[in-house]
Amino acid sequence: MPAPPPPPLPAIGFAATGLACRRGERLVFAGLSFLLAPGEALLLTGPNGSGKSSLLRLMAGLARPEAGLLAWDGAAVGDDPAAHRARLHFIGHQEAVKPVLTVAETLAFWAGMRGGGDVAAALGRFRLETLADWPCRMLSAGQRRRLALARLAASPAPLWLLDEPTTALDSDALADLLEAIAAHRAQGGRVALSTHAALPLAGATNLSLADFTP
Amino acid sequence: MSPFRLLVQRDLRLALRQGGDAAMVVGFFVLATILFPFGVGPEPALLQRIAAGILWVTALLAALLSLERLFQADWEDGSLEALALMPLPLEAQVLAKCLAHWLVTGLPLIVAAPLLGLLLNLDAAGYPALLAGLLLGTPTLSLIGAVGAALSLGARRGGVLLSLLVLPLYIPVLIFGVGAIEASIGGFAARPHLLLLGALLAGALPLSPLAAAAALRQALE
Repeated sequence: MPAPPPPPLPAIGFAATGLACRRGERLVFAGLSFLLAPGEALLLTGPNGSGKSSLLRLMAGLARPEAGLLAWDGAAVGDDPAAHRARLHFIGHQEAVKPVLTVAETLAFWAGMRGGGDVAAALGRFRLETLADWPCRMLSAGQRRRLALARLAASPAPLWLLDEPTTALDSDALADLLEAIAAHRAQGGRVALSTHAALPLAGATNLSLADFTP
Repeated sequence: MSPFRLLVQRDLRLALRQGGDAAMVVGFFVLATILFPFGVGPEPALLQRIAAGILWVTALLAALLSLERLFQADWEDGSLEALALMPLPLEAQVLAKCLAHWLVTGLPLIVAAPLLGLLLNLDAAGYPALLAGLLLGTPTLSLIGAVGAALSLGARRGGVLLSLLVLPLYIPVLIFGVGAIEASIGGFAARPHLLLLGALLAGALPLSPLAAAAALRQALE
């Protein structure tokens, strides 16, 4: 079936048209389109290997799409990668945590690389205050995850891209994350996240990657 | 603090807390140099003749030793992916990491080299050229090495591949580094050799970060 011609890109919002992704020889998905307006959330679902992580990496600009276009407010993302990097937070599968640095040092570094931010508030938001001076090698998997997520709160960015953020989180930390996402959206922020668990995100758009498997 | 300085500071802090790297590099430099008198015999005249070459070759190999970890650790724990998405261009980040790598490994080599020169009976006239040559040459080793480290990222047996990639590119630094010492011992000017070492550094300074950053992007995709 020939792909329909991609519709024109909307002038507002983070949008994609006719997106395709190839991993090695395999076409993971094709003809994928979405629109993420300010304050909206995009929930990526689908079986293992359906391309949730690949799509998030495309959105972040870590990989190039095989076909299609990603645009921010009507301007192609690939035209100005530096501006795109400045407006997004990407939390991948790995926490980017160094065993010998303390929790506070780790967070201060990542916030500082983005021009600074409120480290103390971010630690509080994800209940890490009491762990602030711990070296990261002492942290459990869930605590490391919370530290990675605290980067979201430490420095502002209008777009959050989260790859399975709920992995290893306990119910309190999950509530903290949902609260942080709600506050981010209330300020006009956008979030795209992949998940296997059903997340209670009000008014989120569900994008099932299985629908775009060629 | 600027993101550039922040990254240098983080890498220095990691190196100091993990220990290892600087001590390993200097330890290798000292041990490898000490092997030569055992291998070729303790005759002072012979050692004096080959001292410059020994010092530079072992310094080169010692610098190579720590390069494999330059991006490897950041790549494995996801830091590299996160760094690549920071506003600071990846090229500048490579430069920051090279600076930290040089401070941790190159600088100790420069401090240790005169002592090993004594051990090998290096002619007194050669010391200024040895120090000036290492000061200009070791940053180039870190910069060229960064390209190799980025290219061999994710490869199985990356360390061996890295040596094969980088060692041929180290030859000019070796030639002019040794040339400066030999010239000043022989009563000639070391300046032309040092100027050429400076030119290599001036070339590597902008080109290596460009090449290494491109290789890192490829590795991340």
